[in-house]
Formats: sequence, structure tokens, C-alpha cells
Amino acid sequence: MNQKGIFKNVVVKKYIMGLSGLFLILFLLVHLSINLCALIPDGGNTFNELAEFMDLPVIKPLEVGLFIGFIIHILDALVLTLQNRKARKNGYEVSAANANSKWYSRSMGILGTLLLMFLIIHLAHFWFPNRFTGYELDGKESHNLYQLMLYTFNELWIVVLYVLVQISLGYHLLHGFRSAFQTLGLNHPRYNTIIEGLGVIYSITVPLLFAVIPVILYLRIHGYIPY
Amino acid sequence: MSHGDMNLTLKIWRQKNTETKGSFETYPISGISPDMSFLEMIDVLNEKLIVEGKEPVAFDHDCREGICGMCSMYINGRPHGPKNAVTTCQLHMRSFKNGDTIVIEPWRASAFPVIKDLAVDRTSFDRIMAAGGFVSVNTGNAQDANNLPISKEDADESFTSAACIGCGACVAACKNASAMLFVSAKVSQYALLPQGQPERKSRVLAMVAQMEEEGFGSCTNTGACEAECPKGISISNIARLNREYLGAALSSK
Repeated sequence: MNQKGIFKNVVVKKYIMGLSGLFLILFLLVHLSINLCALIPDGGNTFNELAEFMDLPVIKPLEVGLFIGFIIHILDALVLTLQNRKARKNGYEVSAANANSKWYSRSMGILGTLLLMFLIIHLAHFWFPNRFTGYELDGKESHNLYQLMLYTFNELWIVVLYVLVQISLGYHLLHGFRSAFQTLGLNHPRYNTIIEGLGVIYSITVPLLFAVIPVILYLRIHGYIPY
Repeated sequence: MSHGDMNLTLKIWRQKNTETKGSFETYPISGISPDMSFLEMIDVLNEKLIVEGKEPVAFDHDCREGICGMCSMYINGRPHGPKNAVTTCQLHMRSFKNGDTIVIEPWRASAFPVIKDLAVDRTSFDRIMAAGGFVSVNTGNAQDANNLPISKEDADESFTSAACIGCGACVAACKNASAMLFVSAKVSQYALLPQGQPERKSRVLAMVAQMEEEGFGSCTNTGACEAECPKGISISNIARLNREYLGAALSSK
């Protein structure tokens, strides 16, 4: 047995997939908690304070870690997908896959690619101007992330995009959450119901709350609902 | 053989050998009894083809009672056809309607090359078994059963895993052509028994390495294998393999 190869095989690549996925699941909770503060009707003070806290030098390594987490998750998926494609070069004429599995469990690559495309747009909207170029609001240099949020979600199509992408996220999580536990060997009759239940709750609640934020901000900006 | 009144259109994958490119051929067939098994229906077609001086359809079959795992066939988009927990030989024509078109394909996986028509080479499974599917057995008389204490739960669980007949439906159904259900069932059946302990770590490492070498894909936990397995092997075995592998990879020399 080639001992060096132990850590290079498919099972290990899947552990990495599951672990990086769970890491990103934890990150989403942090991200969501901070974003929800943008809804506090105090002119964005709480949100901006938290955003400033995230700019502190101690947080920087965490940000790098987060990027590494994303990159590992994406590259590992790419490597595994290519390997899986090679495992079946000639496909079937007829497939009745819905009879044996859920469509979203078979579509993690497509759902993930949509999320990656969104991630790039999302970084361009907020992270990049906030971290590097700075941004101008009302013609003057600004460091008010809350104002940038209001400025961005002033546009209806951006709000629609942010809401639609949460559907991709929801289905990606619906499979990914429980799948990560199975990959890490955590399958036991005593805990399966809890893991699956938590997975369903997480996959519905988190994307729903993420979707609610731009919608509420849009409605507030345009005066449909009061602050 | 009983005769009935079912008329069907069969669209069957024909491929001369591994090297040639295959294609679908369409065969109308009549006088099929709903009580025939799927393989008997193919037998009727082959007798007709032989009488017509044509090449009969090559397909794998042996026991025809659902225990050998030889019969394959991807029928209307599902391994072993539309019914759950049966092999193709145990599938009967009453599961189809008169006038149906039935598309029959071989298992599709790089590790299962087509030998001819619907017959595929599944010796990759044999090589995975040879890599670790054995126990150290001392020669001599069988020892007293009470010398090997084992809980009823573990014995039952091991037996359930050992019910795998190695048919390859898991690979055929999996979008990644992954063999994880098969390998995990084999790893589990030994890992749960006292007799399997001496090679417990080396077994899982060797079988997984061989699985990868054969070119099977990875497991993305869609559960298609479990749903299509004629023996109802559970994907909890795959989680066990994942645990066994982690432990073995971290602690083996």
C-alpha cells in the first residue's frame, strides 16, 4: 500500500469538502448576525460600529482564513468534479434520477457556480470598495458601510439578484449541511434526526433572513415602510 | 414459456466489443406475457433474433433468483428497472404497460467497460475485494463459537452489509459512478466482526486505494445508490467507511 497516497485520495478530498463547507456554514451565521444589525433603526450606527470592528488588525488574519476557506472549498469541488466526470465518460441515453435522488443533491456544482458568480459581484459591491478603492457617496469620500448598503440596494435589480441567489444558497445548504456530516462519518440513528432537522432549519432560515435585509432596506429607502 | 399479449418496443444498446462504438437498435416484440421476468423477455427476443439469423443481445445473467448479482441492465433510466429492491431477473413484465417503449442500456462507468452489448466487465470489484476483502484464518479445526463473543446487533449489522451481491447498481445509479456503497458494505461486514479486526486498518486503506485506482468517482451523498440497491444496503455504511478510513489513515504506520 502506497502510504504517501493516503492523504491524496477521494475520501480525504471529501473530508476537506465537508470541513470547509461546515466552516463556511459557521461564517454565514456571523455574516448574517452582523447584517441583521443593519435593520436596527438607529441610522446604521450599530452596523457601522460592527463594520469598524471587523476592520481591526486582529480580524485581518480571520479574513484571510475565510478567503482560504472559500478557495479550498471551490478548488476541491473542481478537482472532485473533474475526477467524477472521468469516472463516467459515456453517459446514459435515458436517466430517471429523480426516482432515486433529489435534484439539488445532484446539482451542487451548478448551485455552487451560481453562488461563486454572486460572490464575485457581492465582493465588488461591498468588500472591494470598503477594503481598497474606497467609495464616494453624494460626491464625497466615505467610510460609512451602512450608507454604501443603502446606496447599493437603492437599485431594484440588485435587490432582486440578492433575493434570487438565496434560493441557490438554500438548496446548496439543504444538501450540503447533512452531507458534510455523512462525509465526516457522523451518521448515527441517535443523531441523524437532529442533524437533518438542524440542516433544514438552517437552510431555510439563513437564506430567508439574508433575503429579507435588502428587501426591507429597499422598501425603507423608497418610503414604502417607515424606518 | 407462457405466451401473452403484450406488445413492446425495445431500444437496446448494441456494441460489438470494448473497442468499437456502440449505438441503439430498436426491436418490436410481441406475445410477451406479463408473468415473464425481464430476462425471459430478452430470451424471447434473442430466440427471435437467432431465427432471423441476427446476432442475439449479449447480457449477463446467472442464478435468475436475485442472489448472484450478475444481471445488470439500465432500464428506462434506472438500474434494474422501475421497481425498488429487485434485480433485473426478479423484475416482471407486469411492471410495464402494453405498448411501452423500453430503453435498455449497459451500466455506464469507466471502471465497468462494456464487453459486448449489455454485458460489462465488473472485475474492478473483484480487484477491490482482492485488495482487502479477506480475514486471517488459522488452519485447523473450527474453534468453539463461544470463543468469539460478538453482540447480536453487530452480527446482524455485519450480515446486512454482507448481503451486498456486488451487482454494481450503486455505481450505475451514482452520478459520479462512485463505488462507495459497495466498498463500504465490504469494509463494514469485516469491521463489525471479531474475525475482521487483524486487518481492519490495512483493509480499508487498501480497498479505498484500489477503488481509486480503478477509476470510480467520489461520493457526493445523493443517496441514489441506496435507493437503487437490490439488497437495500444503507449509506450508513459509507459513513462507517469514512470513519474507518480517517482512523486508519491517522494511526497506521
